[in-house]
Amino acid sequence: MEHLLNLLIKAIFVENVVFAFFLGMCSFLAVSKKIKTAFGLGLAVIFVMILTTPLNYLILTYLLKDGALAWIHPSLANVDLTFLAFILFISTIAGAVQIVEMAVEKFTPALYNSLGIFLPLITVNCSILGTSLFMQEREYNFVETAVFSLGAGIGFFLAIVLLAAIRERLRYANIPAPLQGLGIAMIITGLMGMAFLSFSGIQL
Amino acid sequence: MAVETAPAPVVEKKKEPLFSKKNIRTLRDPLDDNNPITVQVLGICSALAVTVQVKPALIMALGVIFVTAFSNLIISLLRHTIPTRVRIIVQLIVIATLVTIVDQVLRAYMFDVSKKLSVFVGLIITNCIVMGRLEAFALANKPWPSFLDGVGNGVGYGIILVVVAVFRELFGSGTLMGYQVVPQWAYDMGYVNNGLMMLPPAALFIIGVYIWIQRSINKKLVNVS
Repeated sequence: MEHLLNLLIKAIFVENVVFAFFLGMCSFLAVSKKIKTAFGLGLAVIFVMILTTPLNYLILTYLLKDGALAWIHPSLANVDLTFLAFILFISTIAGAVQIVEMAVEKFTPALYNSLGIFLPLITVNCSILGTSLFMQEREYNFVETAVFSLGAGIGFFLAIVLLAAIRERLRYANIPAPLQGLGIAMIITGLMGMAFLSFSGIQL
Repeated sequence: MAVETAPAPVVEKKKEPLFSKKNIRTLRDPLDDNNPITVQVLGICSALAVTVQVKPALIMALGVIFVTAFSNLIISLLRHTIPTRVRIIVQLIVIATLVTIVDQVLRAYMFDVSKKLSVFVGLIITNCIVMGRLEAFALANKPWPSFLDGVGNGVGYGIILVVVAVFRELFGSGTLMGYQVVPQWAYDMGYVNNGLMMLPPAALFIIGVYIWIQRSINKKLVNVS
Protein backbone atom coordinates (compact mmCIF):
# COMPACT_ATOMS: atom_id res chain seq x y z
CA MET A 1 0.00 0.00 0.00
CA GLU A 2 2.73 2.40 0.98
CA HIS A 3 4.59 1.40 -2.15
CA LEU A 4 1.61 2.37 -4.31
CA LEU A 5 1.21 5.72 -2.59
CA ASN A 6 4.88 6.42 -3.25
CA LEU A 7 4.40 5.54 -6.90
CA LEU A 8 1.45 7.94 -7.13
CA ILE A 9 3.32 10.85 -5.52
CA LYS A 10 6.34 10.12 -7.68
CA ALA A 11 4.29 10.14 -10.89
CA ILE A 12 2.54 13.39 -10.00
CA PHE A 13 5.43 15.47 -8.71
CA VAL A 14 8.90 14.00 -9.02
CA GLU A 15 8.51 12.50 -12.48
CA ASN A 16 5.87 14.84 -13.79
CA VAL A 17 5.17 13.89 -17.41
CA VAL A 18 5.43 17.47 -18.58
CA PHE A 19 8.34 18.85 -16.61
CA ALA A 20 10.56 15.80 -16.37
CA PHE A 21 9.89 14.15 -19.75
CA PHE A 22 8.41 16.92 -21.92
CA LEU A 23 5.50 14.71 -22.88
CA GLY A 24 2.35 16.34 -24.19
CA MET A 25 4.14 19.62 -24.76
CA CYS A 26 2.22 20.42 -27.95
CA SER A 27 -1.20 20.60 -26.37
CA PHE A 28 0.40 21.84 -23.15
CA LEU A 29 1.60 24.99 -24.92
CA ALA A 30 -1.32 25.33 -27.33
CA VAL A 31 -4.22 24.95 -24.90
CA SER A 32 -2.80 26.81 -21.91
CA LYS A 33 -3.99 30.29 -22.84
CA LYS A 34 -7.10 30.16 -20.64
CA ILE A 35 -7.57 28.38 -17.31
CA LYS A 36 -11.03 27.13 -18.23
CA THR A 37 -10.03 25.22 -21.37
CA ALA A 38 -6.87 24.00 -19.69
CA PHE A 39 -8.99 22.61 -16.88
CA GLY A 40 -11.27 20.75 -19.31
CA LEU A 41 -8.38 19.31 -21.29
CA GLY A 42 -6.61 18.24 -18.11
CA LEU A 43 -9.67 16.33 -16.92
CA ALA A 44 -10.12 14.65 -20.30
CA VAL A 45 -6.46 13.59 -20.29
CA ILE A 46 -6.77 12.06 -16.81
CA PHE A 47 -9.82 10.13 -17.95
CA VAL A 48 -8.30 8.80 -21.18
CA MET A 49 -5.08 8.00 -19.35
CA ILE A 50 -6.66 5.79 -16.67
CA LEU A 51 -8.76 4.10 -19.34
CA THR A 52 -6.08 3.28 -21.92
CA THR A 53 -2.97 2.47 -19.91
CA PRO A 54 -4.45 -0.51 -17.99
CA LEU A 55 -6.08 -1.63 -21.25
CA ASN A 56 -2.72 -1.53 -22.97
CA TYR A 57 -1.25 -3.44 -20.04
CA LEU A 58 -3.77 -6.24 -20.61
CA ILE A 59 -3.05 -6.28 -24.34
CA LEU A 60 0.66 -6.44 -23.66
CA THR A 61 0.46 -9.20 -21.07
CA TYR A 62 -2.10 -11.45 -22.69
CA LEU A 63 -1.42 -10.94 -26.40
CA LEU A 64 2.02 -9.58 -27.12
CA LYS A 65 4.63 -10.67 -24.59
CA ASP A 66 6.96 -13.58 -25.20
CA GLY A 67 4.83 -16.67 -24.64
CA ALA A 68 1.73 -14.67 -23.81
CA LEU A 69 -0.35 -16.51 -26.40
CA ALA A 70 0.11 -19.84 -24.62
CA TRP A 71 -3.38 -19.57 -23.13
CA ILE A 72 -4.86 -20.01 -26.63
CA HIS A 73 -2.85 -23.06 -27.61
CA PRO A 74 0.38 -24.53 -26.18
CA SER A 75 2.00 -24.49 -29.64
CA LEU A 76 1.91 -20.68 -29.56
CA ALA A 77 4.02 -20.57 -26.40
CA ASN A 78 7.13 -19.19 -28.07
CA VAL A 79 5.50 -16.50 -30.18
CA ASP A 80 6.79 -13.01 -29.32
CA LEU A 81 4.76 -10.19 -30.79
CA THR A 82 6.23 -7.34 -28.74
CA PHE A 83 7.26 -5.52 -31.92
CA LEU A 84 3.56 -4.91 -32.61
CA ALA A 85 3.25 -2.92 -29.38
CA PHE A 86 3.37 0.55 -30.98
CA ILE A 87 0.63 -0.18 -33.47
CA LEU A 88 -1.70 -1.81 -30.95
CA PHE A 89 -1.10 0.83 -28.28
CA ILE A 90 -1.88 3.70 -30.60
CA SER A 91 -4.94 1.89 -31.97
CA THR A 92 -6.25 1.34 -28.44
CA ILE A 93 -5.74 5.00 -27.65
CA ALA A 94 -7.37 6.19 -30.87
CA GLY A 95 -10.31 3.83 -30.28
CA ALA A 96 -10.70 4.80 -26.62
CA VAL A 97 -10.66 8.49 -27.47
CA GLN A 98 -13.32 7.90 -30.09
CA ILE A 99 -15.53 6.07 -27.57
CA VAL A 100 -15.00 8.70 -24.91
CA GLU A 101 -15.89 11.37 -27.44
CA MET A 102 -19.13 9.67 -28.40
CA ALA A 103 -20.05 9.01 -24.76
CA VAL A 104 -19.38 12.58 -23.73
CA GLU A 105 -21.35 13.90 -26.69
CA LYS A 106 -24.32 11.68 -25.86
CA PHE A 107 -24.51 12.10 -22.09
CA THR A 108 -23.08 15.54 -21.33
CA PRO A 109 -23.37 17.79 -24.39
CA ALA A 110 -22.39 20.83 -22.35
CA LEU A 111 -18.97 19.40 -21.51
CA TYR A 112 -18.61 18.21 -25.10
CA ASN A 113 -19.13 21.69 -26.44
CA SER A 114 -16.70 23.26 -24.01
CA LEU A 115 -13.96 20.76 -24.89
CA GLY A 116 -14.53 21.05 -28.62
CA ILE A 117 -11.58 20.11 -30.78
CA PHE A 118 -9.34 19.19 -27.83
CA LEU A 119 -11.09 15.91 -27.21
CA PRO A 120 -10.08 14.20 -30.49
CA LEU A 121 -6.65 15.79 -30.23
CA ILE A 122 -5.93 13.77 -27.10
CA THR A 123 -5.10 10.84 -29.39
CA VAL A 124 -1.89 12.52 -30.43
CA ASN A 125 -1.07 13.78 -26.96
CA CYS A 126 2.35 12.26 -26.35
CA SER A 127 1.76 11.89 -22.63
CA ILE A 128 -0.87 9.17 -23.16
CA LEU A 129 1.24 6.96 -25.41
CA GLY A 130 4.29 7.86 -23.30
CA THR A 131 2.62 6.54 -20.15
CA SER A 132 1.82 3.26 -21.90
CA LEU A 133 5.40 2.94 -23.13
CA PHE A 134 6.82 3.70 -19.68
CA MET A 135 4.51 1.05 -18.29
CA GLN A 136 6.00 -1.42 -20.76
CA GLU A 137 9.58 -0.40 -20.13
CA ARG A 138 9.40 -0.38 -16.35
CA GLU A 139 7.46 -3.65 -16.18
CA TYR A 140 4.78 -2.55 -13.73
CA ASN A 141 2.10 -5.02 -12.67
CA PHE A 142 -1.59 -4.29 -13.17
CA VAL A 143 -2.26 -2.37 -9.95
CA GLU A 144 0.94 -0.38 -10.31
CA THR A 145 -0.03 0.43 -13.89
CA ALA A 146 -3.41 1.77 -12.79
CA VAL A 147 -1.86 3.90 -10.03
CA PHE A 148 0.92 5.13 -12.32
CA SER A 149 -1.50 6.20 -15.04
CA LEU A 150 -3.64 8.07 -12.51
CA GLY A 151 -0.53 9.86 -11.23
CA ALA A 152 0.65 10.76 -14.71
CA GLY A 153 -2.80 12.12 -15.59
CA ILE A 154 -3.00 14.25 -12.46
CA GLY A 155 0.54 15.47 -13.13
CA PHE A 156 -0.44 16.68 -16.59
CA PHE A 157 -3.61 18.29 -15.23
CA LEU A 158 -1.66 20.12 -12.55
CA ALA A 159 1.00 21.33 -14.99
CA ILE A 160 -1.39 22.66 -17.62
CA VAL A 161 -3.63 24.47 -15.13
CA LEU A 162 -0.61 26.07 -13.45
CA LEU A 163 0.84 27.25 -16.75
CA ALA A 164 -2.53 28.62 -17.87
CA ALA A 165 -2.78 30.63 -14.65
CA ILE A 166 0.67 32.12 -15.18
CA ARG A 167 -0.02 32.92 -18.82
CA GLU A 168 -3.23 34.76 -17.91
CA ARG A 169 -1.14 36.99 -15.66
CA LEU A 170 1.51 37.44 -18.36
CA ARG A 171 -0.92 39.37 -20.53
CA TYR A 172 -0.24 42.38 -18.35
CA ALA A 173 3.53 41.99 -18.43
CA ASN A 174 5.82 43.98 -20.68
CA ILE A 175 7.74 41.33 -22.63
CA PRO A 176 10.09 42.10 -25.57
CA ALA A 177 8.15 41.56 -28.80
CA PRO A 178 10.27 38.70 -30.23
CA LEU A 179 9.96 36.81 -26.96
CA GLN A 180 6.20 37.10 -26.69
CA GLY A 181 4.01 34.04 -27.03
CA LEU A 182 5.92 30.84 -27.56
CA GLY A 183 9.34 32.07 -26.40
CA ILE A 184 8.25 33.21 -22.98
CA ALA A 185 6.01 30.17 -22.55
CA MET A 186 9.06 27.94 -23.09
CA ILE A 187 11.14 29.82 -20.56
CA ILE A 188 8.34 29.79 -17.99
CA THR A 189 7.92 26.06 -18.48
CA GLY A 190 11.63 25.73 -17.83
CA LEU A 191 11.36 27.75 -14.62
CA MET A 192 8.37 25.68 -13.50
CA GLY A 193 10.38 22.57 -14.29
CA MET A 194 13.14 23.83 -12.01
CA ALA A 195 10.60 24.40 -9.27
CA PHE A 196 9.30 20.86 -9.72
CA LEU A 197 12.86 19.56 -9.49
CA SER A 198 12.83 20.48 -5.83
CA PHE A 199 10.36 17.63 -5.30
CA SER A 200 13.12 15.19 -6.18
CA GLY A 201 14.55 15.89 -2.73
CA ILE A 202 11.60 14.03 -1.20
CA GLN A 203 12.66 10.68 0.18
CA LEU A 204 10.20 8.05 -0.95
CA MET B 1 28.26 12.32 -38.61
CA ALA B 2 27.76 16.07 -38.38
CA VAL B 3 25.94 16.34 -41.69
CA GLU B 4 22.74 17.49 -40.09
CA THR B 5 22.77 21.06 -41.40
CA ALA B 6 24.54 20.37 -44.67
CA PRO B 7 22.39 17.99 -46.76
CA ALA B 8 19.63 20.33 -47.93
CA PRO B 9 21.67 22.79 -50.06
CA VAL B 10 24.07 20.12 -51.35
CA VAL B 11 21.30 17.85 -52.61
CA GLU B 12 19.54 20.76 -54.24
CA LYS B 13 22.47 21.61 -56.47
CA LYS B 14 23.21 18.07 -57.56
CA LYS B 15 19.80 17.18 -58.94
CA GLU B 16 18.60 20.53 -60.25
CA PRO B 17 16.10 19.21 -62.84
CA LEU B 18 13.94 17.43 -60.28
CA PHE B 19 13.92 20.45 -58.05
CA SER B 20 11.75 23.17 -59.48
CA LYS B 21 11.75 26.48 -57.62
CA LYS B 22 8.58 25.58 -55.79
CA ASN B 23 10.00 22.27 -54.64
CA ILE B 24 13.10 23.93 -53.29
CA ARG B 25 10.92 26.31 -51.33
CA THR B 26 9.01 23.32 -49.97
CA LEU B 27 12.28 21.83 -48.85
CA ARG B 28 13.85 24.97 -47.46
CA ASP B 29 10.97 26.76 -45.78
CA PRO B 30 10.82 24.47 -42.76
CA LEU B 31 14.46 25.17 -41.99
CA ASP B 32 13.78 28.73 -40.88
CA ASP B 33 10.65 30.64 -41.92
CA ASN B 34 8.35 27.76 -41.17
CA ASN B 35 10.39 25.72 -38.73
CA PRO B 36 8.26 22.97 -37.20
CA ILE B 37 9.45 23.57 -33.65
CA THR B 38 9.98 27.29 -33.30
CA VAL B 39 7.24 28.54 -35.64
CA GLN B 40 4.61 25.85 -36.10
CA VAL B 41 4.93 24.75 -32.43
CA LEU B 42 4.86 21.09 -33.40
CA GLY B 43 6.79 18.16 -32.08
CA ILE B 44 8.27 19.65 -28.97
CA CYS B 45 6.92 16.69 -27.05
CA SER B 46 9.18 13.77 -27.65
CA ALA B 47 12.23 15.73 -28.65
CA LEU B 48 13.70 17.61 -25.77
CA ALA B 49 14.50 14.79 -23.42
CA VAL B 50 16.90 13.21 -25.91
CA THR B 51 19.11 16.30 -26.21
CA VAL B 52 21.43 15.75 -23.25
CA GLN B 53 24.08 14.45 -25.66
CA VAL B 54 24.65 15.06 -29.37
CA LYS B 55 24.75 11.44 -30.51
CA PRO B 56 21.27 10.33 -29.43
CA ALA B 57 19.91 13.66 -30.70
CA LEU B 58 21.42 13.03 -34.15
CA ILE B 59 20.02 9.53 -34.31
CA MET B 60 16.62 10.70 -33.12
CA ALA B 61 16.70 13.40 -35.82
CA LEU B 62 17.55 10.85 -38.51
CA GLY B 63 14.70 8.64 -37.31
CA VAL B 64 12.25 11.54 -37.48
CA ILE B 65 13.46 12.55 -40.96
CA PHE B 66 12.91 8.99 -42.14
CA VAL B 67 9.43 8.78 -40.63
CA THR B 68 8.21 12.20 -41.80
CA ALA B 69 9.55 11.72 -45.31
CA PHE B 70 8.12 8.27 -45.90
CA SER B 71 4.82 8.75 -44.09
CA ASN B 72 4.29 11.89 -46.20
CA LEU B 73 5.12 9.88 -49.33
CA ILE B 74 2.85 6.97 -48.47
CA ILE B 75 -0.12 9.06 -47.37
CA SER B 76 0.27 11.24 -50.44
CA LEU B 77 0.18 8.17 -52.67
CA LEU B 78 -2.94 6.95 -50.89
CA ARG B 79 -4.61 10.32 -50.57
CA HIS B 80 -7.41 9.61 -53.07
CA THR B 81 -8.29 6.22 -51.58
CA ILE B 82 -8.48 7.11 -47.87
CA PRO B 83 -12.02 7.99 -46.72
CA THR B 84 -11.92 11.28 -44.81
CA ARG B 85 -13.69 9.90 -41.77
CA VAL B 86 -11.13 7.26 -40.91
CA ARG B 87 -8.04 9.09 -42.11
CA ILE B 88 -6.60 9.65 -38.62
CA ILE B 89 -6.52 5.91 -37.93
CA VAL B 90 -4.99 5.20 -41.34
CA GLN B 91 -2.33 7.84 -40.76
CA LEU B 92 -1.56 6.48 -37.31
CA ILE B 93 -1.16 2.96 -38.66
CA VAL B 94 1.22 4.11 -41.40
CA ILE B 95 3.25 6.15 -38.92
CA ALA B 96 3.29 3.38 -36.33
CA THR B 97 4.54 0.89 -38.92
CA LEU B 98 7.40 3.19 -39.96
CA VAL B 99 8.31 3.88 -36.34
CA THR B 100 8.33 0.17 -35.62
CA ILE B 101 10.85 -0.27 -38.46
CA VAL B 102 13.06 2.48 -37.01
CA ASP B 103 12.82 0.98 -33.55
CA GLN B 104 13.71 -2.54 -34.69
CA VAL B 105 16.68 -1.27 -36.73
CA LEU B 106 17.97 0.70 -33.75
CA ARG B 107 17.59 -2.29 -31.48
CA ALA B 108 19.45 -4.52 -33.92
CA TYR B 109 22.38 -2.26 -34.80
CA MET B 110 22.67 0.41 -32.09
CA PHE B 111 21.42 -1.18 -28.92
CA ASP B 112 23.10 1.25 -26.50
CA VAL B 113 21.58 4.28 -28.23
CA SER B 114 18.23 2.54 -28.40
CA LYS B 115 18.36 2.03 -24.62
CA LYS B 116 19.22 5.69 -24.12
CA LEU B 117 16.35 6.89 -26.29
CA SER B 118 14.04 4.45 -24.44
CA VAL B 119 10.40 5.34 -25.00
CA PHE B 120 11.14 8.36 -27.14
CA VAL B 121 11.56 6.36 -30.33
CA GLY B 122 8.03 5.07 -29.88
CA LEU B 123 6.86 8.57 -29.19
CA ILE B 124 7.74 9.63 -32.74
CA ILE B 125 4.27 8.21 -33.48
CA THR B 126 2.59 10.97 -31.55
CA ASN B 127 5.14 13.54 -32.59
CA CYS B 128 2.86 16.25 -33.86
CA ILE B 129 5.24 17.10 -36.71
CA VAL B 130 4.42 13.86 -38.49
CA MET B 131 0.65 14.13 -38.06
CA GLY B 132 0.69 17.86 -38.67
CA ARG B 133 2.50 17.59 -41.98
CA LEU B 134 0.30 14.72 -43.12
CA GLU B 135 -2.82 16.75 -42.41
CA ALA B 136 -1.49 20.04 -43.71
CA PHE B 137 0.52 18.93 -46.73
CA ALA B 138 0.51 15.30 -47.80
CA LEU B 139 -3.27 15.00 -48.03
CA ALA B 140 -3.42 17.78 -50.62
CA ASN B 141 -0.21 17.40 -52.62
CA LYS B 142 1.54 15.08 -55.05
CA PRO B 143 3.96 12.43 -53.70
CA TRP B 144 7.25 14.09 -54.67
CA PRO B 145 6.61 17.51 -53.10
CA SER B 146 5.18 15.72 -50.07
CA PHE B 147 8.36 13.71 -49.73
CA LEU B 148 10.42 16.92 -49.90
CA ASP B 149 8.16 18.56 -47.36
CA GLY B 150 8.72 15.62 -45.05
CA VAL B 151 12.48 15.77 -45.46
CA GLY B 152 12.48 19.54 -44.96
CA ASN B 153 10.44 19.37 -41.78
CA GLY B 154 12.49 16.48 -40.46
CA VAL B 155 15.71 18.42 -41.07
CA GLY B 156 14.23 21.59 -39.57
CA TYR B 157 13.39 19.59 -36.48
CA GLY B 158 16.82 17.96 -36.48
CA ILE B 159 18.62 21.31 -36.59
CA ILE B 160 16.91 22.49 -33.42
CA LEU B 161 17.56 19.16 -31.74
CA VAL B 162 21.26 19.24 -32.59
CA VAL B 163 21.68 22.91 -31.63
CA VAL B 164 20.13 22.24 -28.23
CA ALA B 165 22.17 19.06 -27.80
CA VAL B 166 25.46 20.80 -28.68
CA PHE B 167 24.87 23.47 -26.04
CA ARG B 168 23.76 20.98 -23.43
CA GLU B 169 26.61 18.55 -23.98
CA LEU B 170 29.30 21.21 -24.32
CA PHE B 171 28.38 23.13 -21.19
CA GLY B 172 26.87 20.25 -19.25
CA SER B 173 29.64 17.70 -19.53
CA GLY B 174 32.41 19.42 -21.53
CA THR B 175 32.26 16.90 -24.38
CA LEU B 176 30.93 16.73 -27.95
CA MET B 177 29.83 13.41 -29.47
CA GLY B 178 31.50 11.81 -26.46
CA TYR B 179 34.93 13.39 -27.06
CA GLN B 180 36.44 15.66 -24.42
CA VAL B 181 36.37 19.25 -25.71
CA VAL B 182 36.98 21.33 -22.62
CA PRO B 183 40.69 20.74 -21.85
CA GLN B 184 41.88 19.39 -18.51
CA TRP B 185 43.79 22.58 -17.64
CA ALA B 186 40.54 24.50 -17.67
CA TYR B 187 39.21 22.20 -14.96
CA ASP B 188 42.50 22.55 -13.08
CA MET B 189 42.04 26.32 -13.14
CA GLY B 190 38.64 25.95 -11.54
CA TYR B 191 36.22 25.61 -14.48
CA VAL B 192 33.16 23.64 -13.48
CA ASN B 193 30.59 21.97 -15.74
CA ASN B 194 27.17 23.55 -15.57
CA GLY B 195 24.96 21.03 -13.84
CA LEU B 196 21.76 22.79 -14.89
CA MET B 197 22.48 21.87 -18.52
CA MET B 198 22.04 18.20 -17.71
CA LEU B 199 18.56 18.79 -16.30
CA PRO B 200 15.37 18.96 -18.40
CA PRO B 201 14.64 22.71 -17.92
CA ALA B 202 17.86 23.68 -19.73
CA ALA B 203 16.43 22.44 -23.04
CA LEU B 204 13.44 24.73 -22.62
CA PHE B 205 15.63 27.72 -21.83
CA ILE B 206 17.80 27.11 -24.89
CA ILE B 207 14.78 26.79 -27.17
CA GLY B 208 13.19 29.87 -25.63
CA VAL B 209 16.34 31.88 -26.29
CA TYR B 210 16.65 30.38 -29.79
CA ILE B 211 13.11 31.54 -30.58
CA TRP B 212 13.94 34.97 -29.19
CA ILE B 213 17.04 35.30 -31.39
CA GLN B 214 15.30 33.90 -34.46
CA ARG B 215 12.39 36.30 -34.12
CA SER B 216 14.67 39.25 -33.46
CA ILE B 217 16.46 38.59 -36.76
CA ASN B 218 13.40 37.51 -38.73
CA LYS B 219 10.89 40.21 -37.84
CA LYS B 220 7.97 38.74 -39.77
CA LEU B 221 7.79 35.86 -37.32
CA VAL B 222 7.01 38.12 -34.37
CA ASN B 223 3.60 37.38 -32.85
CA VAL B 224 2.99 34.32 -34.96
CA SER B 225 1.63 32.56 -31.91
